[in-house]
Amino acid sequence: MILFLSYLINGISLGSIYAIIALGYTMVYGIAKMLNFAHGDVIMIGAYLSFCATQYMGLPAVASVVLAVMVCTALGIIIEGLAYKPLRQAPSLAVLITAIGVSYFLQNVALLIWGSTPKNFASVVSLRSVSLMDGQLLISGVTLVTVLANIIIMVGLTLFTGHTKVGKAMRAVSEDKGAAELMGIHVNRTISMTFAIGSALAAIAGVLLCSAYPTLQPTTGSMPGIKAFTAAVFGGIGSIPGAMIGGLLLGVIEVLGKAYVSTELGDAFVFAVLIIVLLVKPTGLLGKSVREKV
Amino acid sequence: MLKVENLHVYYGSIHALKGISFEVNEGEIVTLIGANGAGKSTTLNTIGGLLKPKSGSVIFEGQNVTAMPGSRVVSLGLALCPEGRRIFQQMTVRENLEMGGYTRPAGEIAASLESVFERFPRLKERQKQIAGTLSGGEQQMLAMGRALMSKPRLLMLDEPSMGLAPILVEQIFEIIGELNRAGTTILLVEQNAQMALSIADHAYVMETGNIVKFGDAKALMDDADVKKAYLG
Repeated sequence: MILFLSYLINGISLGSIYAIIALGYTMVYGIAKMLNFAHGDVIMIGAYLSFCATQYMGLPAVASVVLAVMVCTALGIIIEGLAYKPLRQAPSLAVLITAIGVSYFLQNVALLIWGSTPKNFASVVSLRSVSLMDGQLLISGVTLVTVLANIIIMVGLTLFTGHTKVGKAMRAVSEDKGAAELMGIHVNRTISMTFAIGSALAAIAGVLLCSAYPTLQPTTGSMPGIKAFTAAVFGGIGSIPGAMIGGLLLGVIEVLGKAYVSTELGDAFVFAVLIIVLLVKPTGLLGKSVREKV
Repeated sequence: MLKVENLHVYYGSIHALKGISFEVNEGEIVTLIGANGAGKSTTLNTIGGLLKPKSGSVIFEGQNVTAMPGSRVVSLGLALCPEGRRIFQQMTVRENLEMGGYTRPAGEIAASLESVFERFPRLKERQKQIAGTLSGGEQQMLAMGRALMSKPRLLMLDEPSMGLAPILVEQIFEIIGELNRAGTTILLVEQNAQMALSIADHAYVMETGNIVKFGDAKALMDDADVKKAYLG
């Protein structure tokens, strides 16, 4: 029982990281109607930035996270402006291939700067572990911070999209770009801002991911990126609560699968979930079916 | 107030507007009538900034708006209520109206909401409802209310009667008349030529990207060609 609980907590912790990444995927998809496969690599860049800031510049952990978030936000805007914006009218396949190209580009830039030797990422969380049930169940500081960050981000985004003028404009753009433009909403600026938010979240996710799993290398972001994409589809791509639920469920499934069935097959479970969801409910758990316009 | 000159618009290689010119004077209701595919909606979408013309110009109140993005055109007082209504289905009625007032200062939104609610009491009752669940007539009212939120001096309406029951069509046209009497200039595109001509001051008849007839709306109603082609 204790063991199960500790697996469950690990799963929720991992799932929270997936959820934060999935939010970026899902928001960008909702508004730009594109899958930004370079999203996972922004996570990796974020983690490297935080690593460099603490190791080489001697910045405190919190400052390193702020720096990573700021640089990744700018990076997200630049990627969108240079790689995706010129393709706004292009077929979606062209955009998808470009996104994969950007993904490899970022990985190789990281390889060039930081080399292929994995870095040992020192956790940015100095919070002590909490022990429950007479010390039998240990919850690490990273786990607490991760889950807390996930909740704060989720609540923040819900309030932002539901109650601010800019957030509502984002929803309007995601529904109908032309109609949004007629309202006076700057569609391009809104898309670029979505990338900024998604990339800022990616930086946070990167730091949390590497604080929990401290090996940092240029490919660090790709697997979590793909799993978070799976989580976004699982929950219903385009849906913010869907990304949250999808991420958490996926994290729990992965950890429990690894613990009770097979360590080697852990990742396979994640993708099996994707296949099953797509077969049974193609729109995902909370996804809305797209109605054909008459 | 609005002057369109020699406007050419292409969709890829399709020449959709072949150099049309027309004018709308302040205080008037002007209508563009014509068959499906004549280029009526293309004309409105180009004026509204959603389509870029190949050549020609659109002058609104002395200002050249030809190359302006739609998001700027609306802040000048030129609003388009698009074909098919295109309300934000997953947002509430009130949020839709707020989006309509996107370019307005925050302090003026409440007053505009009140005046839209006054004109469309149904929208006030349903302000918290998700817009996609409204009936067709209510959605058209919402689309018009949303366009009015920007306080346009010239309101362009694209097929406001589309898909509505006759009694609702009459209601919508009554509202268009009221808006005009309250000082809003109207540029109306309609397939329901009968209704459009009965309310308009001037009318232009479009055919395959050209304007083929122009005149006083009441006179066009008695025009033999127009009668035959559009009034049945």
